[in-house]
Amino acid sequence: MRQLAVLGLVFALIGLAPFVIASEFWLNLVIMTLYAALLGQAWNILGGFGGQFSFGHAAYFGTGAYTVAVLQVQLGVNPWLGLVAGGLMAVAVAAIIGFSTFRYGLRGSYFALVTLAFAEVLRILSNSVDFTGAGVGILIPLDQGAANFQFASKQGFFWVIWLMTLAAFAVVWWIGNSRFGAQLMAVRDNEDAARALGVSAFRVKMGAIMLSGLFSGLAGVFYAQYFLYLDPYIAYGPAISVESLLVPIIGGMGTLFGPLLGAVGLHLISELTRELIGDLPGVSLVLYGILLVVMVLFMPRGLAGLFNRLRPKATTKPAATGGHHA
Amino acid sequence: MPEAPMLEIRGLVKSFGGVKASNNVSLSVPEGRITSLIGPNGAGKTTLFALITGFHRPDAGTVTFLGEDITGLAPEDIARRGMVRTFQIVQPFAGQTVRENIAVGAHLHIRSRAGALQKAEAVATQVGLGDRLDQDAASLTVAGRKRLEVARALATDPKLILFDEVLAGLNPSEIRDVIPVIRGVREAGVTILLIEHVMQAVMSLSEYTWVLNQGELIAEGAPADVVNDPLVVEAYLGKGMAERIAKREARHA
Repeated sequence: MRQLAVLGLVFALIGLAPFVIASEFWLNLVIMTLYAALLGQAWNILGGFGGQFSFGHAAYFGTGAYTVAVLQVQLGVNPWLGLVAGGLMAVAVAAIIGFSTFRYGLRGSYFALVTLAFAEVLRILSNSVDFTGAGVGILIPLDQGAANFQFASKQGFFWVIWLMTLAAFAVVWWIGNSRFGAQLMAVRDNEDAARALGVSAFRVKMGAIMLSGLFSGLAGVFYAQYFLYLDPYIAYGPAISVESLLVPIIGGMGTLFGPLLGAVGLHLISELTRELIGDLPGVSLVLYGILLVVMVLFMPRGLAGLFNRLRPKATTKPAATGGHHA
Repeated sequence: MPEAPMLEIRGLVKSFGGVKASNNVSLSVPEGRITSLIGPNGAGKTTLFALITGFHRPDAGTVTFLGEDITGLAPEDIARRGMVRTFQIVQPFAGQTVRENIAVGAHLHIRSRAGALQKAEAVATQVGLGDRLDQDAASLTVAGRKRLEVARALATDPKLILFDEVLAGLNPSEIRDVIPVIRGVREAGVTILLIEHVMQAVMSLSEYTWVLNQGELIAEGAPADVVNDPLVVEAYLGKGMAERIAKREARHA
C-alpha cells in the first residue's frame, strides 16, 4: 500500500511538468523519459518479474507502431481506434511468440535468441511488403488535432504518454501484490518447484508476455503518432529491443520503480554524452554497451538496488542461525 | 492393506536410454498412513516420484489418484488434485522471503494475496519456521530449507504429500526436530509417502515400506521385517552378504 502511495505521488509530481515547464525542449525530454520508462516497464513484466529475457521486444513495439500507421494511411482508420488495434495486435504477436516458445519449454538464452529471431523476421517482412511502405517507410500525413491523435503542442502528447506509463506502472504494482505476480515470480525463481506447487508455468508466462507485449505495443503507437514516420529499422530494429532491456537492467529488474530510475539515468547519460561528444552516430550504442556490462557486473540489482541499500531497513531481523536447537 | 488405496500405481515403466529406471513397479498407498519407499542410491526412487507427480511421462503403466487416472497429467494439474511432492535437492525461491515462498503454495486454493500470506504464516508456525518469516529463503540453513519444502507443500492443502528425502543432510538433533513435524502433518489428516535414507526415520515413522532396487520392487512389508529380508540386505550391501551375515550370527549364537 505504501508503494502505491509513492507511485501516486511520483506520477502526480511528473504530472506537474506541463504546468511548470515552458520550454518545448525540456518537455520533450520528460516525454521521452516517460516513453523509455514505458518500454522498460513492459520488458520488466516479462524479464524482471517472469525471468524470461527477451531480446526482441521490438516485435511488439513495431507491431503497435505499424498497426496504427498502416490503418491510418492505407485505410483511413482514426488513430485512436488504431491505438486499440495496435495494442491488440501487439498482444496477438506476443501470444504467438509466447505460445511457440513456452509450449516447447524454451528458457534462458534459447528463449532470448528465438525472440530476437522473431523481431528480425518481422523487420524483414515489413521491409518487403508494400502496405508498410517497404524499405522507404511510412509517413503519416500531418493533420493536427486532438481527434487525430496529433497534438499541436507537446502537452497533449505528454498526457497520452503519462497515462500509458501510469497504466503500465499500476499493472506492475498489481503484479507485485497479486496471485498472478506471486506465481510469475515463483516460475522465475524455480519453474519446477512452482509447478510442483500447482502453478501452471505455461499459463503464467503467457499472461506475462501478453501484458508485456501490450505495453510495448502502446509505446509503439505513441512513437508513430509522435514522430509520424516509421521504417522497418526504426520499428523492428534491434535498437528498441536493446533500449527495452537496458532501462530495467540499469534501473533494477523485477522492481516497480526500476524502469523509471533506469529511464531517467539513461536519458541523463545520453544527453550528457551528446553535450560532451556531439551527435556522433552510433556513439550512444557504444556507451549503452559499456553501461550494460558495468551494470551486470557491478550492480546486478540496478539503481533500485542501490536505493534499497542506502535506505535503512525497517524490517531487519538478526539472522537466525542454527534456529531451534541453538 | 484393507483401506481403499489413495494412490495406485500399476506397472510403471520408464527407461532412460538403456537404463530401466522404473521396471514394472506397482504399489498402492493407503489413505491416512505414513508409508515409505527405500532403496540404495540409484534404485529409481526419485524417478518413481517424478513419474507419479507428472514430471516424467511413463513409458507404460498407470497412476491412479483418488480413483482417477492421472497418468501423463502435468505436475500442476496433479498438485491441483491434491498430491504434491517435495524435492530432494531443496528448491527455494531464492530472493523471496520465507513467507512469500510458502504463500506460493497457499495461492493454489486462495486467490487473495492477504489470505495467502496469512495462511503462509500459520503453516510456517506449524513447521517451526514462525520466527523466520521475513528471512530470505536463500539464507536459511539446510534444516530450515527442508522445513520450507515441507511448509510450501503443506500450504497447498494436499491430500497426499510425497516427501523426497526431507531428512537427508540433517544432523541427528535436527532429525529429531523434524520427525514430529512430519507426524504432525499426518495427524492433520494428510497421507504421506516418504523416500528416505535415514533408517531411523523410516523405522519410527512409517508403517509400511516398499524396497526398490534397480528400478524394481524387491520387497515390501513392515519396515522391521523388510530390513531383515535377505534380498534387501543384498541390494544394499552386495551379493552374498545376507548369507555371510547369517553365518556369522550363527557362529556367535
